[in-house]
Amino acid sequence: MSEINVKEIAEKWKDVPGSLIMALHELQEEVGYVPRNEAMKLATEMNVSLARIYEVITFYSFFKLEAPGKHKIQVCMGTACYLKGAQSLVDEFKNQLKVDEGCTTADGNFQLEIVRCVGCCSIAPVVVVGEKVYSKVTPDEVSAIISEYE
Amino acid sequence: MGIIQKEELEKIQGSMDDKESTWIKVGMATCGIAAGADKIFNFLKTEADKRGLNIDVRTTGCIGNCFAEPLVEVKAGGKQLMYTLVTEELASKILDQHVAQGVAVAGSAYIDSADLNPGQMRIALRHCGIVDPESIDSYIYNDGYKALRKFLTESSPEGVIEELKVAGLRGRGGAGFPTFMKWTFGSRSKADQKYIICNADEGDPGAYMDRSILEGDPHAVIEGMMLGGYAIGASKGFFYVRAEYPLAIRRLQKALDECKAYGILGDNIFGSGFNFDIEIRLGAGAFVCGEETALIASIEGKRGTPSPRPPFPTDSGVFGKPSVINNVETLSNVSAIMLKGGEWYGGIGTEKSKGTKVFAVTGKVKNAGLVEIPMGTSIRTVVYDICGGIANEKKYLAVQTGGPSGGVITEDYLDTPISYESLGELGSIMGSGGMIVMDEDDCIVDIAKFYLGFCVDESCGKCSPCRIGGQRMLGILERITDGQGEMDDIEQLKKISKAMQKSALCGLGQTAPNPVLSTLRYFEREYIDHIEKKSCRAGVCQKLLRYKILLDKCKKCGKCQKNCPVDAISGDRKSEFVIDQDKCIKCGLCVTSCPFDAVIKE
Repeated sequence: MSEINVKEIAEKWKDVPGSLIMALHELQEEVGYVPRNEAMKLATEMNVSLARIYEVITFYSFFKLEAPGKHKIQVCMGTACYLKGAQSLVDEFKNQLKVDEGCTTADGNFQLEIVRCVGCCSIAPVVVVGEKVYSKVTPDEVSAIISEYE
Repeated sequence: MGIIQKEELEKIQGSMDDKESTWIKVGMATCGIAAGADKIFNFLKTEADKRGLNIDVRTTGCIGNCFAEPLVEVKAGGKQLMYTLVTEELASKILDQHVAQGVAVAGSAYIDSADLNPGQMRIALRHCGIVDPESIDSYIYNDGYKALRKFLTESSPEGVIEELKVAGLRGRGGAGFPTFMKWTFGSRSKADQKYIICNADEGDPGAYMDRSILEGDPHAVIEGMMLGGYAIGASKGFFYVRAEYPLAIRRLQKALDECKAYGILGDNIFGSGFNFDIEIRLGAGAFVCGEETALIASIEGKRGTPSPRPPFPTDSGVFGKPSVINNVETLSNVSAIMLKGGEWYGGIGTEKSKGTKVFAVTGKVKNAGLVEIPMGTSIRTVVYDICGGIANEKKYLAVQTGGPSGGVITEDYLDTPISYESLGELGSIMGSGGMIVMDEDDCIVDIAKFYLGFCVDESCGKCSPCRIGGQRMLGILERITDGQGEMDDIEQLKKISKAMQKSALCGLGQTAPNPVLSTLRYFEREYIDHIEKKSCRAGVCQKLLRYKILLDKCKKCGKCQKNCPVDAISGDRKSEFVIDQDKCIKCGLCVTSCPFDAVIKE
């Protein structure tokens, strides 16, 4: 991630009122999280304080302060998924990947996340890896999903 | 391209006519794509070309019958059929038989398009599954932007509000505030700049109608917003969309770009002197931002914490300017009302709840999907007649409407006609339209704990009733489901609930206790069983479970002992096998490993 990109993002949003969250979305989209160094650059470029940036990124669960795993596994725990056994999927992923919720595997390949409703309730329970949505997942299918990304 | 004129709109409509004779439409909303619709779409496109078939393969949005995806609708050879659960094999037959020869594919599951969605009435979803969401021409062909042009050039802002008043439309985000009143307040506020905002921060876990409308018919919402902007005197609109909905955001952005290219967004729209611009702002994973004052803070780029009202957003909203906030489904209804008239809309539904409502019916129901019904339809009709009843021959327990702010509807009230008032009387709310069906295998205390846990996670922490009250209630529910509950806990839950309802700053905290109060009202017995008998009827609460080996069935093979991960099963082949309840972690491996069904769950 070079300095130019932060500058570009800042240029685009600097004069749009109230657009800090949009700028942070673009930054995270490029880097995968909001590193402190880049946050400092963005603060300078957009002429806001670093505290303002941290106030925002610590409030919204979408923004990450640490580097994510290469593949983000999101298990949906919305109501429909919960009723259809999403907890057993979380347990199975935890078991097989040997990580806790919200954590990244030692090799940095997988990150396990629990999300609140991805809006695919008709095909619950749902697991999302990257942009791919897996429907009606059973615990038996967990190892196959993992092996797709190993 | 400059401003599109009436003649050009009509030309687009005319040119689409020959295209309408034969086509294939593939339902490509997020859930369709998850079921493999994108693969089927590509397959149909390439194979149709290969076979030299002259047929248009198109994308469309959510068709609503989500349980049977991927869905492919075909119009050819005088037949219009909806094929369900389409595989590449079936797709290939569709091309060879239906498209090439005009005969329905024998042995496949299809529905005649004329028989689709019985019992439903589609207004907000009128174009979902019909138009191509990525083509403005397709929307225009289906009478799109006709109402906008009519009101901009032939009527007045007051005319729009008057029409809406006749229609009697109420906010579909859940609270049910009359939309025309909100717009009247907005129009009366004096300011150099006003805003209209579409709340697409659909956070209720279990509701996805807003996503489906944005993915399936973005222009209907844009047109509704522009009519609202004209009515209140705003020149700028914001869409506040969840970042979790990438496809909806992409299609909405494309729709906005197309509008700009056609001059439908910009200056002097349709030569009327009305200027309007729309910007998308993304949420970032905070449920509380669905609350309007928190949403305003978030659009301003700040932490999404709510603030006390008054001042109401219609007086002082985004950047301190008057702002009207409407939900996605509301705005989709608006464009339909302005096209067909307030009287038409006002004739649908009940006396106080007009029109239709979209529900996302999910959970333990046979045919999960999006359903749009006239207000006044009973819950029984929705669950049993439209969605096929409870899956796997299980018994009905309850449906939850209103998500984490709502409550349960039990079997005794299945015939209640759906309206804002009737659901309120039952201790639930209309909400944004989630309808979660639960069966006998679900534990009602566990559900209440689930919803409360959600609200505790999502509480912004600004006011203490919500921050502390929620934590305390969750603690009590955890004790009860862990078998540590006391009878006094029920009174405690009710007390804290009342305090939160009265004193929390915003809707999130005020309604967070609703699922607990509602389940206590109808299922107090289950709470008492958890507390006094330490038993969970549904066998969901792990810590209340007991596994037991039935000695008369046990053949002493020792498999359960071998499989137990914590060595909780003692005994050997000569004596009896027994489970040590203190050591047991209730994993259930003994049950699955026993070849003789000798281990049971109590």
